[in-house]
Amino acid sequence: MYTNDFDYYRADSVGEAVELLGDHDGAELVAGAHGLLPRMKTGDESPPALVDIGQLNGLDAIESSDGGSISVGALATHAEIADSEIVREHAAALADAASELGDPPVRNGGTIGGNLAHGDPRSDPPAALLALEGSLEVRGSDGERTIDAAELFEGPFETAVADDEIVTAVRIPTDDDAVSGYRKRRDPLSGYAMVGVGVWLRTDDETIEAARVAVTGATTTPARLSGVEDELEGSAVSEETITAAAAEAGTALDADAFVSDVQASAEYREHLLTIDTERALYDVLDVGQ
Amino acid sequence: MSDADASGASDGDGSGAFGAAIERGEDVPLLTGSGEYTDDISLRGTTHLAIRRSDHAHARIESIDTSDAEAMEGVLAVFTGEDVVESGVPNTIPTAWDLPGLVQPQYRMLATDKVRHEGTPVAAVVAETRHAASDALEHIHVEYEELEHVTDPVDAVERDVPPVHDEAEDNVAFDFELGDADATDEAFADADRVASVDLRQPRLIPNAMEPRAALADWEEATGKLRLWMTSQNPHLHRMLLSAGTLGLPENKIQVIAPEVGGGFGSKIYHYPDEAVTAWCSMQLGRPVKWQATRSESYLTDCHGRDHVTTGEIALDDDGTIRGVRVETHAGLGAQLSQFGTATPSYLYATVLSGQYTIPAIHCRVVGAFTNTTPVDAYRGAGRAEGIYVIERLVDVAARELEMDPAELRRRNLVPPDEFPYESAAALVYDSGEYERAMDLALEHVDYEELRERQRELRDEGRYIGIGIGSFIESAGLSPSGLAGDLGAQAGGWESSIVRFDSTGSVTVLAGTADQGQGHRTTYAQVAAEELGVSVDDVTVVEGDTDRIPQGMGTYGSRSASVGGGSIARGAREVREKARRIAAHQLETSVDDIEFDDGEFHVAGAPDRSLHIQTIAHEAYLGHDLPEGMDPGLEETNFYDPENFTYPFGTHVAVVEVEPETGEIEIERYVAVDDCGEIINPMIVEGQVHGGIAQGIGAALYEGAAYDDDGHLRTRRMDEYVVPHATQLPDFETDNTVTPSPHNPIGVKGVGESATIAAAPTIVSAVADALEPFGVDHLDMPITPESVWRATGGDN
Ligand SMILES: Cc1cc2nc3c(=O)[nH]c(=O)nc-3n(C[C@H](O)[C@H](O)[C@H](O)COP(=O)(O)OP(=O)(O)OC[C@H]3O[C@@H](n4cnc5c(N)ncnc54)[C@H](O)[C@@H]3O)c2cc1C
Repeated sequence: MYTNDFDYYRADSVGEAVELLGDHDGAELVAGAHGLLPRMKTGDESPPALVDIGQLNGLDAIESSDGGSISVGALATHAEIADSEIVREHAAALADAASELGDPPVRNGGTIGGNLAHGDPRSDPPAALLALEGSLEVRGSDGERTIDAAELFEGPFETAVADDEIVTAVRIPTDDDAVSGYRKRRDPLSGYAMVGVGVWLRTDDETIEAARVAVTGATTTPARLSGVEDELEGSAVSEETITAAAAEAGTALDADAFVSDVQASAEYREHLLTIDTERALYDVLDVGQ
Repeated sequence: MSDADASGASDGDGSGAFGAAIERGEDVPLLTGSGEYTDDISLRGTTHLAIRRSDHAHARIESIDTSDAEAMEGVLAVFTGEDVVESGVPNTIPTAWDLPGLVQPQYRMLATDKVRHEGTPVAAVVAETRHAASDALEHIHVEYEELEHVTDPVDAVERDVPPVHDEAEDNVAFDFELGDADATDEAFADADRVASVDLRQPRLIPNAMEPRAALADWEEATGKLRLWMTSQNPHLHRMLLSAGTLGLPENKIQVIAPEVGGGFGSKIYHYPDEAVTAWCSMQLGRPVKWQATRSESYLTDCHGRDHVTTGEIALDDDGTIRGVRVETHAGLGAQLSQFGTATPSYLYATVLSGQYTIPAIHCRVVGAFTNTTPVDAYRGAGRAEGIYVIERLVDVAARELEMDPAELRRRNLVPPDEFPYESAAALVYDSGEYERAMDLALEHVDYEELRERQRELRDEGRYIGIGIGSFIESAGLSPSGLAGDLGAQAGGWESSIVRFDSTGSVTVLAGTADQGQGHRTTYAQVAAEELGVSVDDVTVVEGDTDRIPQGMGTYGSRSASVGGGSIARGAREVREKARRIAAHQLETSVDDIEFDDGEFHVAGAPDRSLHIQTIAHEAYLGHDLPEGMDPGLEETNFYDPENFTYPFGTHVAVVEVEPETGEIEIERYVAVDDCGEIINPMIVEGQVHGGIAQGIGAALYEGAAYDDDGHLRTRRMDEYVVPHATQLPDFETDNTVTPSPHNPIGVKGVGESATIAAAPTIVSAVADALEPFGVDHLDMPITPESVWRATGGDN
């Protein structure tokens, strides 16, 4: 199908983009256009105006700051994130998600800011962001603010990023004693996550001190798996712990939280979530299997 | 360029052209973007057509208000079905295959009374731009009275549902039988064992890379219509448009198929959309272009398959097959498409004997109207469905007999000395060495060792499966007389012109129509071989009814065998005429002239010779020809084969299934194909690769579905997708060569073979892996979830 008519503006600065959004009712930002344009062609979204920030300079930097965090510019592409040594070292889950995402053209075109602001429930990065307890730095007509991962995802294609706000960077706290990872089961049709599990764990040699586990793809909204986290925290690093924790994968989620579609029913997705949680834990922990 | 040296005799001659893995001449233009497709063509003043389609599966049209749309900027006209009726054109979309007792309801370009499937064309907008036309669609106001609908072919005839067409109250379009019912009953009564399977073969969406398109240009002054379109058979389209739809004589219609991006069957058919494009041009006197979107393709390109079947097989304890009995409900969709009746009847039931000696076969097919997109031939057409049934039956029987499935097949193969073999399903197989191909395939995977490994792995809780698909294909439907007896409204012949140009190059005009197969290369190889010229000296022209006098087109694996056969025969006649000229100029008798590498020479005096390209020049000079001979060097050939050809082979797949998740991993895929003589091994391999991909697609991924409202549920590429390269294994291909004894060049065809083979092979492999779970069959598409459920994971 064809998109409906729309006006097109290109912003030369973040400030101008904020202004343009304010001036044009219902206008949408466009960065990599890999999330929005497909939905405009199917008629799922039809904004009357687009504000293109894809060419803005300086929004794609990936930097580590001394204060125990790294910053990833909103316009960093998935390919840049997948290739970044900084991200690989301090936020492995995000690097995994970026490198498993789509295919090379999609990774070269799509941006992390667009991905997280869009709130497509099949996306990979959300589970990584939740597990890493990252946050978004945004700028709007009322100035700047920070949105924590826990507050970001409100529903399918609904996020806490307001209509006139621009994500400028993703900030992720770092912890040298922690490990993280993201495991993806691809939907055979779309290539998006049918089930994606992000894991972040801080361990001393024997015990799991802190655990953060999150799901994407399987549920209508990306979410933390608190049942799994509760089971892990304070437990010994062992196969038994992993099995017991994975068994809790669905417990903190509503029965209707799971997606059902032509490829996989909710029941099957719930089953896979348990398996993939277990496998994601094995991926990052040095035990068994 | 009249001397032999400059003519190519020194660098390349024809000998060896046939059989060489020559690179495809068409690839550079296609891959670099200079190929011209229908949508690339623009005429001065071209307007654009968009078609308003019904959102309902079944409804009565109460009113259509076009005034808002007509008032929109850039909109030139909005037409409804009533406008087409009033124009007085014949306005039917005819079927091209009759069956006994067939109910043939009215099928119009634009609906007037009812819409019978989602996507039925109800109105047409012509505007100055594509976007203006598209935007106007939603401003056409159509009021419907919704009617109850049915999408399943069994429900359509067995449940009390309103008919799709009043003419067929029970929704039965035809009730077809093939084979001997009594003999089959007797065989079943006498046999030691009976095995059976209930299966569904889901609807498939063809997904050609280029969606359908048309550009029509009506010239009022001459009363001539030029129509560029995505056609697999321009002459057939010309014929069907002429009398049935537009009421123009054939010589006032020129159908041109420029580059066409894939078809897989979907571009054989005469659809309303292209006809409406032509009709709109006739109304407005301006060129009109219609380019389907991908979404329109999903809703309107004829779907494939849609069978619900019960199959039974009767055997003796030693594995001898005694009989096969099949009953199928075939969904035809809301209208009878061109070959929609032939595909589930003659093209299906006749292959149920597969590669096996089966004394008694009976098949009944109930063709059902449903409120769905019309169903017609899709790569493999009928043969794919039939081979799937017999191969599933053989596997299920092997399980029942506790016999190795390769061994059971082996015991029943038609032996080489039984050819020509007359099957109990009314075909006469031309030639085959089935065991040789099967052995080769099994050797590739080291079959015995693989079975051993399978046993060992099962002990470790790992499940690999070995699938076997042995198939035949009936390719190149012919002869025409037989096709006519069976109900075809068209012939089974093919036509071509082979022409030496006056300077020694060769032009081949072929009645088939390439959509990516590589005819420009393979046909050049056939002609070059016969004429002793270089492949580069031959140019192949297809796809234009004004340039190519006649033709039937490209479908049913017919081009290499029937089209190539015609070209070879024509080239031979050209060569013989050239030989007579050579004899005359060399002052000897025709019998004394030998032909070798393009050179005619006098037997015993090799230096007294003339090259065929020199003779071509002489033929057009006409100065010195034998007494009574007409000048020129070209022949028109019509070739009506005496029989189908019968490609065959065995494919073997090795899969591993993870019961915990249901994931299926294809470890190996081996294809041994026998398509007779091979014109170009690289192109054959390409056909096999594409065919396997589509067969795997059917087995594991595809399958169109309708929801409870009668809407297509799989309407986009992320809801229904052909497999990605990353989802396919490496293909290991090999060939045996058993020439067709009746084909002029010994070829059998390979266009559909691998699609036919791959689906049963993969299903066989998955079922084999799941033997420990007591699973002997799973319906396509076998998703991980269906495996997980079948192995009891959900309990
Ligand atoms: C074929 C294909 C396959 C894909 N596969 C995957 C996959 O496997 N996994 C996956 O996770 N994703 C996948 N994607 C989506 C891809 O990741 C997109 O990059 C991402 O969803 C959107 O990023 P973008 O830069 O393209 O955003 P855009 O499409 O430009 O914008 C998306 C939305 O975000 C808003 N937006 C964009 N940038 C900002 C910003 N800086 N601040 C505030 N709002 C903003 C826009 O207004 C819009 O609403 C796929 C896409 C395609 C086309």
